[in-house]
Amino acid sequence: MPFLRNQPVIQTEVLIVGGGIVGASAALALRHMNIAVTLLERDVCGAHSSGVNYGGVRRQGRGLSQLPLSIRAHAIWSNLSSLIGIEGEYIRSGHLKIARSEADLVSLEAYRARTVEYGMDLQMLSTRDLRALYPWLGTRAIGGSLCPQDGHANPRLVSPAFAQAARQAGADIHEHTRVDSLYFDGEYFRVKTGPGFEFKSRYLLNCAGAWAGKIAADFCEPVPMTAIHPVMVVTEPLPAFMNLSLGVEGGGVYARQAPRGNCVIGGSRGFALDDTRARPSREAINMVLSQTVELLPTLRHAHIIRSWSGTEGSLPDREPVIGLSATTPGLIHGFGFSGAGFQIGPAVGEALAEIVRDGHSSTPIDAFSISRFTQAA
Amino acid sequence: MSGTIQPVVVGAGPAGVRAAQTLVQHGLRPTVIDEGALWGGQIYRQPPQNFLRSQAELYGFGSSRADALHRAMAGILNKIDYQSQTLVWNAQDQALDTMHGGQAGTVPYSHLIIATGATDRILPFPGWTLPGVFTLGGAQVALKFQGCSIGRQVVFMGTGPLLYLVAYQYARAGANVAAVLDTAKLSEQVRSTPALLSKPALLVQGMYYLTWLKLHGVHIAYGIEPLRALGAERVSGVAWRDAKGEHELACDAIGFGYALRSETQLADILGCHFEFDVTQRAYLPVRDEAGRSSVEGVYLAGDGAGIMGADAAELAGTRAALAVISDIQGSEFSVVDQHRADNIEKEMVRSKIFRLGLERAFPFPQQWASHAQDDLMICRCEEITAGDIRQAALSSGATELNRVKAMTRLGMGRCQSRMCGAAAAEILTHCLGNNIQSAGRLRGQAPIKPIPFVSVPVQSEHASQRGS
Repeated sequence: MPFLRNQPVIQTEVLIVGGGIVGASAALALRHMNIAVTLLERDVCGAHSSGVNYGGVRRQGRGLSQLPLSIRAHAIWSNLSSLIGIEGEYIRSGHLKIARSEADLVSLEAYRARTVEYGMDLQMLSTRDLRALYPWLGTRAIGGSLCPQDGHANPRLVSPAFAQAARQAGADIHEHTRVDSLYFDGEYFRVKTGPGFEFKSRYLLNCAGAWAGKIAADFCEPVPMTAIHPVMVVTEPLPAFMNLSLGVEGGGVYARQAPRGNCVIGGSRGFALDDTRARPSREAINMVLSQTVELLPTLRHAHIIRSWSGTEGSLPDREPVIGLSATTPGLIHGFGFSGAGFQIGPAVGEALAEIVRDGHSSTPIDAFSISRFTQAA
Repeated sequence: MSGTIQPVVVGAGPAGVRAAQTLVQHGLRPTVIDEGALWGGQIYRQPPQNFLRSQAELYGFGSSRADALHRAMAGILNKIDYQSQTLVWNAQDQALDTMHGGQAGTVPYSHLIIATGATDRILPFPGWTLPGVFTLGGAQVALKFQGCSIGRQVVFMGTGPLLYLVAYQYARAGANVAAVLDTAKLSEQVRSTPALLSKPALLVQGMYYLTWLKLHGVHIAYGIEPLRALGAERVSGVAWRDAKGEHELACDAIGFGYALRSETQLADILGCHFEFDVTQRAYLPVRDEAGRSSVEGVYLAGDGAGIMGADAAELAGTRAALAVISDIQGSEFSVVDQHRADNIEKEMVRSKIFRLGLERAFPFPQQWASHAQDDLMICRCEEITAGDIRQAALSSGATELNRVKAMTRLGMGRCQSRMCGAAAAEILTHCLGNNIQSAGRLRGQAPIKPIPFVSVPVQSEHASQRGS
């Protein structure tokens, strides 16, 4: 196709690499600010971690540094349908974090006390409370902490809808468009893509998820990111019995029941098939099944009909990288959510858009600076 | 041979049994894992042992082949490890995960022959979810394994050689076959005769079934288009259209299907390379003439890797086992085995020509997707209609099946798209004006079929203390 050589360079103000929930919500927020934006997605928007994660929409359990963003996201989620045009099966079901020991209870109570100012309204539940309120819970649960306004949603609907909403708001979205090379010429970012297009922009948003480390490294600020592969299994549709999203203090499986009746249960890790595909391992599936029976004995005779995994970027401190590059003016990062990006993604998108417009985010993000790795090196 | 050689055959139909037999002939002790209660597969499914009907009544012309296959397996039962009623639901690191009677197991293998067979290819029609509508394969199971007819007045509809075989088997069993309604045209069947002559015996069998049905007064119509199953609570009749106009016929059961589709999930989970097969309108695992897949140590035989029929499956099973022997020995075949392998490959070429002839005789109904109304149910597990798929394609920009699945829930139910995937690909690509290949294929994921939670041995208290 010789004509491609004569393709004009597509110029835009902001170029976003990655159409997950962070990149797509940044594109949407930028359009609401009337800033020109182009988004490049290698596959289709919201199809990797943003689309195949567990679907937890919770603040409870996040570290203090993430809570301001998470609280901001909570407000965005409450207007989800007006923002992206669909309900996305979002339900404020409550999120119960289960204690299996006295030590777990102490830890949950300490977290509650530490986070009172954030208004999550955490409620400590006794063994008696659990038995009375949730008779379907296994007896290893001896107490817990309930966050009544946390909940869950369907990620495979919500994440692509952010991209769709951004497109409708005027964002220029290119799917199946792989970034082949990119550099900063001192004034503009210049990006060449697989389909043979060339883009230039003032700002570059690195929202490339598990693949964002390569871009950071290209701008001389490598991060110690690894790929993780959380495992999910799903049951056949069952009569509604569980009106909560469940987690376990100290780790383990997490579970919710979707409106359709299927229980989605996550836990453990799978393995990579290649750079972009992952699969649950036998050990992970077996672990999830046996722990689920302990947590939810009522599922003993239910069937699982599918399992899956995805590819997610994770950093050693399990905190994301959000904010300005330390090496390149106009480069802004938003990646590495380490398995907990779905709920805060929309707030991160807004924060990234604010950095473009104002030079800084109105919500504190200092803890997530990329320089925490480069300074240590 | 070293002690680590452990061949495993998945499936005990024509391909699996011949593969196991050949391995035994060469001094190996294969493990044979099969979902059925008894060997024979779908086509030569055996009745429970207290059944009294003869093989000739059960299988028609296939009875001598069925008998030979059943005897072959019976003859090696003490030389194999046979795990019947066992599902292979996952595979990883040279081992299969199995489920038998609620118990989970793991079966290691050094060489794996996948002979997982096929199910009906379903193209829905209005009313197909009414009680009383069965697939042709389901109708066969009812007859062979449960000894009952799907109804008192039965209509068989769709196309493919199975259409006439099942109708014949039902009529022979004493069922009242009200009609056989073939979407293929008679002229197409006549035109395909030269290619079908590559397997004259099979051609004669097919003609015999047809003639027998006609002689016994069964109404046979060609070039039809199914309109709907009639009835509110259950099937009370069927309506169809042909060149002469619209017709209705009372019946209380319908068996339908459009040839077969391969059960490829295990090959998929094992990472075998798939390519699109234009004839079968499906992505199929690639194999060489001997049956070797793209994954070392994994071999493919029979309809599970592409529909070729039962006779070809027996050959492919033998050939794949010979490839296993050759790969284990790491050397050339013996003269006898070489001769055998060469003959099989020649015979397989004839089977391929015959297969192409069948495709011409019973062509895929190209108009199906364009005639499917928006309210036609495609995925019955999740109640996703043709209109839902079209909307995902046209308003959300989904061009590929995995995206349609994410948008609509298509294929997310108990069957995991084994029943709806082929039809959904047709609807999707037709409404976009794309070729069928562009629909891609839904990614295979464990479990291959649903498994219960409790089947897994409960881990020790210590191990379950902490997840990652």
